[in-house]
Order: sequence, then structure tokens, then C-alpha cells
Amino acid sequence: MSGLLTLRGVTADRLGELLDAGQRHVELIRSGASAPVTLARRTVTIAFFEPSTRTRLSFEKAAMTLGATVLTLGQESSTVKGESFRDTIQTLTAMGSDALVIRHHLADAAELAARWSGIPVVNAGVGRREHPTQTLIDALTLRQHFGTLHGLRMGMVGDVRNSRVARGHLNALPTLGVELTLIGPSTLLPDANPWGARTSHSLDEELGDLDVVYLFRIQRERGAGTGLPSEPSYHLRYGMSEERLSLLKPTSMIMHAGPMNRGVEIDDAVADGERSLILSQVANGVPMRMAVLEDALGGRS
Amino acid sequence: MIIIEDAQVLRATGVERCSVVIEGDRVVAVGSVDAVNGARVIGAGCAWLGPGLVDLHVHFRDPGQTWKEDLDSGARSAAAGGYTAVVTMPNTDPPIDGGSRAVEAISRGDSIDSVHIEVAGALTKGRAGVEMADFDAMYEAGIRVFTDDGDSVPEAGLLRRIMTYLSALPGAVIAEHPEDRSMTAAGHLHEGAMSDLHGIVGIPGVGEEAIVARDIAVARDTGARLHLQHLSTAAAVELVRHARVTGAAVTAEVTPHHLAIDDGRLEHLDPNLKMYPPLRSPADRSAMIDGLRDGVIDAVATDHAPHTIVEKAVPFEQAPRGVIGLETAAAIVSVALSGDQAVFFERMSISPARIAGLARHGMLVEPGAPANLVIFDPEQRWVPRVFASKSANSPFLGEELVGKVLATIHEGVITHEEGLT
Repeated sequence: MSGLLTLRGVTADRLGELLDAGQRHVELIRSGASAPVTLARRTVTIAFFEPSTRTRLSFEKAAMTLGATVLTLGQESSTVKGESFRDTIQTLTAMGSDALVIRHHLADAAELAARWSGIPVVNAGVGRREHPTQTLIDALTLRQHFGTLHGLRMGMVGDVRNSRVARGHLNALPTLGVELTLIGPSTLLPDANPWGARTSHSLDEELGDLDVVYLFRIQRERGAGTGLPSEPSYHLRYGMSEERLSLLKPTSMIMHAGPMNRGVEIDDAVADGERSLILSQVANGVPMRMAVLEDALGGRS
Repeated sequence: MIIIEDAQVLRATGVERCSVVIEGDRVVAVGSVDAVNGARVIGAGCAWLGPGLVDLHVHFRDPGQTWKEDLDSGARSAAAGGYTAVVTMPNTDPPIDGGSRAVEAISRGDSIDSVHIEVAGALTKGRAGVEMADFDAMYEAGIRVFTDDGDSVPEAGLLRRIMTYLSALPGAVIAEHPEDRSMTAAGHLHEGAMSDLHGIVGIPGVGEEAIVARDIAVARDTGARLHLQHLSTAAAVELVRHARVTGAAVTAEVTPHHLAIDDGRLEHLDPNLKMYPPLRSPADRSAMIDGLRDGVIDAVATDHAPHTIVEKAVPFEQAPRGVIGLETAAAIVSVALSGDQAVFFERMSISPARIAGLARHGMLVEPGAPANLVIFDPEQRWVPRVFASKSANSPFLGEELVGKVLATIHEGVITHEEGLT
């Protein structure tokens, strides 16, 4: 049973293969050629137990483009009627799904779905634990822009504690040679930092050394607000303002996985400016997820 | 009459390899014994013989949640684990927080023959942490251990009034579950590397330490007898050590699982490894073992907390807290104590019986002692797969353990035996 549950412990070679496959889809799309229907007659069930726009839509488009039958389970699901997660997973499997794409607010949901279904499961973001396809998308975006990830210095700024995207990055980007620095108030950084990443509480001191500034949304819904005096106070010290852009090297770039809280962690002029890779990240979503689905279902083109 | 031959017997003078004769509910002879017609003769094969184990902390879920456990199944589980007495926590549904409920619970407990059930009462009405429970009626009914286990008394002012009140009742013990909910309520596992990796909110050790420090201060101030339940952090052990030096009347317990495993086991978030307090760091675990060996921690208590397989077959963050422990405790503790028989019985029987005030339990094996005894082979290997408990939520399910209870004798009657001649 394959699938993609975590990037923790995944080798650089394997990550490189996935990124190469994603890049092939990027180029195919750019060329205007139609994608090979490698997932024809396969059923991909996209089961989202938590709100999402871009991730769900990009998985749907990725699966449809490859010719799969796509079932989407949203929050109308019977979990609201009290069905257990285990029963829901077994029902989806019994309906003839060939793979599950899982988004859930609980950390072990994808792992459990894989155990209880026995079919490939793609983690589309679980709990605060990991969002591996976003990490692959960002790695692909960095590779396209900088040519290589090796030796890149990335500052991860803001609510790292509550971010599943950040944990995916911490699990995989150092394997690809990226040097990570976590920047933010202590209340928004991890407790024990088992990844051994550098940490800093001053964005201004770090900016001049960074190739990439990756901004993380303050996740109010996960209680991040209680770790801050106020959002204006956060913005004063850690917000990526236009003035702070001038502290960057001329080659440095800005990233954000969205959705953005404009005016809090990122100002309009930064998000929409020429240093922003944000739209490239979005554009890489579908092709990278096509590669992940093909890999999970063994339908590589 | 029962004759147990060739056992390592824990006597007043130390461990002696000899035989023991039981008649009625008493030990009548210890030493070399001649054969007697009609007696049941048990060859102990050099296994340990000592006072029956005493657990200061079990949840038998009765009344209220008897699909998880009830008095009968709990008593069978206790006997299978070598226990002759258990203290049942009052967080049943309804909770034991007043005279009539206490009288009923004690009478139901007394109807169980295979193990002594010592009923604990709540510290606050409805365990709500707001008003004192009806102490006088519960005390008159016979209750001596008072606890809101599952929660600490939330406010120091209320705790101080409770301790002041109970300090006047001879033998009354305040057993506190040390957890500052304002720091721990959102958490699911120990706050540290593992909670970071999973991105699950952690339960910081300081949430335990802060309440232990508060409780020791209030106990010293009021002169009340304080018993600290299921300690799990090195910092809390140090606080108790210091409190002892300064003469506070404080005792403490630790669970078998906090002696045996740490949060490194939580890579795959097994719900049978979810409990409160959580499995802590390796350094905490080794501090618990050291504290148990040197006596800063007086007793091992299982915090036997049954939940069914279905209740536990959910994502980790939704799983109920708690694991069963009665049937595996002896094996875990004898290994943690490196096979020291005298210390084993001190922490598993003698001290807990003294803390709960159980006169017929925790007695050295001498003529005249009550026949509440256990025979334990510290070397036998076995794998727990099925339990006498209604539940199987054991952290040691399917794992090879060393040390097995061969027989349990309660008031002269064999309540459990396995593989004996």
C-alpha cells in the first residue's frame, strides 16, 4: 500500500523523484498538450472533514485531469450525524474507492484512514501535523525559481506552532539542503523543536541573511491569538511590510501558503509585489498533486 | 487448611525460604512444616510469598459505566493481578460525595468476597470543585480516603478549607490528582519533542508540578495528610523529597506505566498509551524509578481505568484517557525494582495499606497475620492477551512481561491461581 502520509524520513532521492514528476506535469500543462489519462477507471475519493478551498479544488482538478472518477465528501458527511471516523472510512472504501485523499482536523486521521481502509491514502493536511503536498509544491516552486534547493536559507516567520505546512517543511526541506530558521514570538514556535532548527525572535536581524521569507498565517481558529498581545503588536515586530523588503537581499523572495491575513503577517504591497512567489505556489498545486496521485495509485505516466 | 511449601517468604526478619500454613483467615505457622492430612498443599517452587497487593487507585466504573467494568469484573481483575485490596475512586456516576451514596457503595463493596473494596469519597459536592462534600456523613460511613480524582481541587482557598476540616478527622487522607487545568486541559500527550512532531497540543510537566507545590504548601499550613496521586514528573518528585525533609505529612504514588514506558513510544499515537498524567520524558521516567526505589514515592498505584476497544478505536485526540493496570502491575514493578522482593512488597502492599488505613492488609507473613497473601514468580515470562477485566486497554497488550502472579489468597480463600500443583 503506497500513498503519501508523511515526508518525515523520506529520502532526498525519493523527494527528487516526486518533484521531477511534478515538473513534468508543469511542462506538459505549459505546452498545452492534454494530460495522459493514467488514472482512467480509477476512483479517487476526496474526503475533507475540515473547510478548504484551494487544496480540495486542486486535488479534484488533478484527479479529473488524469481521468479518474472523483468522489468528493465534504462537511455534509454523516460524521455530523455522529458516524465514527472509522465507519466513514470503511464505508468510503467499500464503495470502491481506489485511493483516499484526506483532510482532517485530527493529527492521526490520515494514518488511521490508511490502516482502516487498506488502500493508498494521500494526506491533504491533518491537524497541525503535516500537509505534505503543500511542502512538495513549495519545494517545486523554489526549485523552479532558484534552480536548486541546496544551500537556500529560508526563514519561517510567524505561527509555526499551529501550522501543518510548517511541520511538513521541517520534515522535508532540510533533507533537500534548505537551512531553516524559525522566526517569531516564543508562544508561536514549537516547544521542544525536535527538528533542531535555528530559532530567532527578531525578523529584522534575520532578513539580510535569508533567500526566502516564508510567512505563516496567525491561526486564530487554533487559539494563536491568545499567545499574542495583539495583532498590531505582532505586525510591528514580525509583519512583512514594504519597509522590511528593503532589508532583504535583492534576490530574496517571499512565500505564503494562503489564506493570507493581509495587514497582519503580510502587507498588500508584499503579497502582490514582484518579490512574491505566492501565485507560482498556487499554479504548482495541480501539477504537483497530479504527480502525487499517480504515484499513490501506481499510474505513473 | 492451605500449606504453601518452598516459598521465598517475606517475614519480619527478612526474606526466608520456608513454608506457610493458613487456617481459616489467618496465617498459623511459618517455617518448616509437616504434612497434614486433608490440607491443600501448594508447591511455590521458590516463588515470592508476601502480603496481598494493595492498590490505592482503581476505577471500577460501578455505578454508571458498567460496560467498561463493574465490581465483579474489577474484583476478578484485581485477584488475577495479586491484589487483595483496592481503593475505588469516587468518580462514578453518580459520584460518591455524601453519606447515603457512601453507605450504599461500601455495602456493595462488602458483598464482593474476592477482594477488599475500600471506597473513597469525593472532596467536593458532585466533584464540581466548588463546595465541600458531605465529609461527616461519609466519615461516619467509614470512608477515610477523600479525592476528586480526575481533577484537582481547582482553587487553593477551597483546598485550604477542606484540608483544615479534614485534618481534624483521625485517619482522613486527602488524595489529590495534581493537574492545573489552565495549563493542561487542551493537551493530549506530554509536551515535548513528540507533541511537537505530531503537532498535537501538549500537557506540560509544570501543570503537575505547580499543583504539587501548592498542595504541599497548604498541607503543611493546615497539618492535613496529603497523598499525591500518580506523580509523573522529576520536578514533582523533587518537591516531595523536599517536603519530607521539612516534615510535611505527604505521601505519593506512581503508576506502573510511568515506571515502564515514556513518550518515545508515541510515534504512532496508540490510544492505549493515552492517559493522564501522560507518558513523560525518559528523564522523568528514570526519576520515577529512582523515587520509588529510595522511598520518596511510597506506593505504586495502577490508576486502573478501563475503556472498551470501541471507545479507544478512534483518533488519538478523541480517545478517552486511561489504561488498565491491575493484571500487569506486579510484573512491571518487580522489573523496575530489579527484583528486590522487600522493596517490592513495601511499595505494592505495606505502604499503600498504611496510607489507606487497611489494618488487615500489608502485614508481614508471620503467625497470626491475616491470610491476605500473594504468590508471585518474578521470573516467569508471559504475554498478556486476554484480561479478567471487561476491558483490554493495556499499554502492555501483546508484549512479553517477566513476572507472574501464581496465586492470590484473600482472607484465607484462594481467589486466583494459575499453573499450581
